[in-house]
Amino acid sequence: MPLLEVTDLRTYFTTDAGVARAVDGVSLQVGVGETLGIVGESGCGKTVTALSVLRLIPSPPGEIMAGSSIRFNDEELLEVEPARLREIRGNEISMIFQEPMTSLNPVFTVGYQIQEVLRLHRGLSKREARAAGVALLAEVGIPEPDQRFDAYPHQMSGGMLQRVMIAIALSCEPRLLIADEPTTALDVTIQAQILDLLVEMQRKHGMALLLITHDLGVIAEVCDRVVVMYGGQIVETGTTEEILTRPQHPYTQGLLASLPGIGDRDVRLNPIPGTVPSAVDWPDGCRFRDRCSFAWERCAESAPDLLPVDGRSSRSARCWLLDPDEAAGRGAHVTPGEPT
Amino acid sequence: MTDRLGPRRSRLALSALLPGLPQLVVGRWGVGGLGLTVWVAFLAVLLTRWARFAAGWGGPLDHQIASLTVVAGLLGTWGWSMFDVSRQAELERSGISQWKLAAEAFKKNRIAVIGAVVIVWVYLIALVTPLIAPYDPAMQGPLMGRLVAPSGEFLLGTDHLSRDVFSRMMYGARISLSIGFVAVGISVTIGTLLGAMAGYLGGWIDAVVMRFVDMVISFPRLVLLIAIVALFDTQSIFLIMAVLGFTQWPGTARIVRGEVLSLREQEFVEATRALGFSRRRIILRHVIPNVLAPVIVTATLGIGNVIVLEAGLSFLGLGLQPPTPSWGSMVADGRDFLLNAWWISTFPGLAIVLTVVAFNLVGDGLRDALDPRLRA
Amino acid sequence: MTTFIVRRLLGAIPLVLGIATIIFFVVNLAPGDPADRFSSPSMSPEAREQIRVNLGLDQPIHIRYVRWLGALAQGDLGVSFSRNRPVTDIIQELLPNTLLLSFTAIGVAFVLGILLGILQAVRQYSLLDSIASIVGLFFYSMPSFWLALMMVLLFSLFASVWGWPIYFPASDIQSIDYAFLSPFEKVRDRLWHLTLPATSLALVLAAGIARYTRASMLEEIRQDFVRTARAKGLSERVVIFKHTLRNALIPVITLVGLYLPFLFSGTVFIETVFAWPGMGKLVVDAILQRDYPIIMGGSLVFAMMVVVGNLVADVLYAVVDPRIRYD
Repeated sequence: MPLLEVTDLRTYFTTDAGVARAVDGVSLQVGVGETLGIVGESGCGKTVTALSVLRLIPSPPGEIMAGSSIRFNDEELLEVEPARLREIRGNEISMIFQEPMTSLNPVFTVGYQIQEVLRLHRGLSKREARAAGVALLAEVGIPEPDQRFDAYPHQMSGGMLQRVMIAIALSCEPRLLIADEPTTALDVTIQAQILDLLVEMQRKHGMALLLITHDLGVIAEVCDRVVVMYGGQIVETGTTEEILTRPQHPYTQGLLASLPGIGDRDVRLNPIPGTVPSAVDWPDGCRFRDRCSFAWERCAESAPDLLPVDGRSSRSARCWLLDPDEAAGRGAHVTPGEPT
Repeated sequence: MTDRLGPRRSRLALSALLPGLPQLVVGRWGVGGLGLTVWVAFLAVLLTRWARFAAGWGGPLDHQIASLTVVAGLLGTWGWSMFDVSRQAELERSGISQWKLAAEAFKKNRIAVIGAVVIVWVYLIALVTPLIAPYDPAMQGPLMGRLVAPSGEFLLGTDHLSRDVFSRMMYGARISLSIGFVAVGISVTIGTLLGAMAGYLGGWIDAVVMRFVDMVISFPRLVLLIAIVALFDTQSIFLIMAVLGFTQWPGTARIVRGEVLSLREQEFVEATRALGFSRRRIILRHVIPNVLAPVIVTATLGIGNVIVLEAGLSFLGLGLQPPTPSWGSMVADGRDFLLNAWWISTFPGLAIVLTVVAFNLVGDGLRDALDPRLRA
Repeated sequence: MTTFIVRRLLGAIPLVLGIATIIFFVVNLAPGDPADRFSSPSMSPEAREQIRVNLGLDQPIHIRYVRWLGALAQGDLGVSFSRNRPVTDIIQELLPNTLLLSFTAIGVAFVLGILLGILQAVRQYSLLDSIASIVGLFFYSMPSFWLALMMVLLFSLFASVWGWPIYFPASDIQSIDYAFLSPFEKVRDRLWHLTLPATSLALVLAAGIARYTRASMLEEIRQDFVRTARAKGLSERVVIFKHTLRNALIPVITLVGLYLPFLFSGTVFIETVFAWPGMGKLVVDAILQRDYPIIMGGSLVFAMMVVVGNLVADVLYAVVDPRIRYD
């Protein structure tokens, strides 16, 4: 049984322009101690997916539609009482965010913000919480934790603040940590440190990690399995190795092709043409077809389902190219990383 | 927008008969409603007060203005509607400017449009008062007509000198509105000029102007106003306008200065400078329009503010000399008769509140509409 | 912190001095002679001149200005023309009344306004929010003297006529038999008299504060740290009242400074309507009687109260926002 099982998640937002279908039928699973990466461009719905798991979508305008299901540890999160939900948040499932600078409250010391969770979920006294908080700061690699405990967020750097966020997230030994682009806002040198810290903490505490990123490099380094999202839907799933070496969906192929490699200065980068369409009106048929170099009539006529790759259910891609009939009819096989 | 009302000719005919109705029917309820009500009301005035209207041309100035307003209102509404209906198609094709976007945003703000309609109506009523007021505001009736409760004869009752409260309120509107308008005109002019100078030139001019602004802002303005008005014995309407205007500007100056300062640093002004545009062009085309938006907003909100202040001065007996009615002095008149004749104080006060609310609604609406950062 | 306060106080001296100067010249350059009040047409020109000398009005204006400043530096505000008492004595007697009224009003206004603003922000777009916004706008647009009269009409006059269970006095600061009351009854009597004036003053302010708090709360409630607080499992009460409010209050505090001049303008009307013996009524009466020393002294006190109020706002600001440093 997976630790987290999301089934047919639909999160819609009401906007002036219409209903934005930000997440439109996402299903995924995270096993105990496993690391799952969600990758995609901005606007693909990966952050909304993550926020939906903890029901942190602001409502209105957002709404998780009926028929969606999020099961954690065999408990339906979309149906639990608010009190139970608060027990889970920060305790069994923790979350860290993209902007450490704004994710901490500027008017409270970082120590206070750690203590708050410890006292709430573990019932520690103020003094116990301080001791535990300082220990946590030390654990996430903050020098002079005893002094830093009383510092305000504006007195610390972005990297340090993200360490504080991780300390807060780890304080109650959660079983699942959701990290939403945890390194995007940081300097490149700090990014690697934070990523290493996350992996180290995950091993040490044996928790599952749901890592959201737009950076395939991060995925390659950290994740066991990968989910690629586009247009509010999953377009490809597989192990990290499979996705990186044998991508099946043209979008995944495009993502990989647009990645710069070290040393190949003469090779031109191949960005994916066009931009992500608006969530208010996704194109009919395949949502990627306007930007896809393989697209043909069928892509406009009907939307492909997630089709199994190599006959395995854990490996799939949302593309008509994988339809056995199609492959036979067209006689074309797509080689990875070869944009036309 | 294709014709919901049949061919264009029938819309033109409708417009010729009842201007405003064609606009109302296509959903432009703000202008449409205003046009139609002005048309109907002014026609009614013309029909029921024909004698006064005709006599108006030879009467005193305010009477002439009233008659003129009726004629201008009728012709204006009719002409606007005809022009509007025949031009509708072209309007929809024309381009999008900053002001047009703001106008669109404003029109969507229902409550602000209501405020604007109320303001137009209050001004119109103030203008045509000599034609429609049931009684002479200064005329004192017989002793037994004192403190008569609101009735069919005296809509809002009479005061302690047997004067009709309703008529006095209509005349009082002229004082409040004209003082608000002129005082804010003065303050906006001074405030914009000084604020722009302080912001654009900087240096000691900036220091002196802003210290002075700080000083005026941190002082209870009412005390200063009372001092000036009371110590200069002549309580003419011009003195009050000038005093209110000359003490109102610091707020505007501060806002304009801030706006100019930030504009000076912004890339697009840098860009125009780099492109070699003349200083004049930069100021006219880029600085002024960006400063104008907050100035319009403060001016609108300022009118409400000035109306309340003027009422306050009149309430303290420092406004215009009796028997000239003003809303503030009418509230003061009723103070001693509160229990026996509550209407004397209550209705003029309500008029103040309603007018000021309307100005505040429009001011808020304009702020939302004119601030592109909010519109995103 | 102490150096911060001292520096701010020193920095305020030119401001107070500037205001004092403006008031001095407005008062002294205005047409009209205060000596007229103390003389009759039948008086001889010599006697008239003697009065002017006694009042110090025979000197040229710049001499009078320097003298006035010199006396001011020694804490001497002169002697009232009309009451024949030192201005400082009169102010000492009346200032507490004004402070009682304005502090009560501003306290009530902030508590009421902030609570309402929070409620509106949390229930944005609800019926409650719209109604509160409209009602608030009406109070915000209301002349305080009219509101005061309406309060008197309803809760004092009509309340006693219609036999409501409770009604409030329409004027004065205490009952006639105040001296004979027990200590507890004295407190109750003062509160009873304070209710209507303070409420009239507070409602207008509260409407503005609620508007401001609502906007500020809406701004903060969509910040990342609020999401973090929710993700930590904190209850909505803690999220709103601790994490959001603490940040939203920072801009609201500046209102303390901004509203003070407005508040003191309000006391002028409220004290007039309720015959409340305080600074506002004192200064208005003095202006009407051309009592120069009181006008200047009273205005100076108002200016100083505004300066002190702004200082309090700055200190509060620094206390609430750790990002502000005192030096």
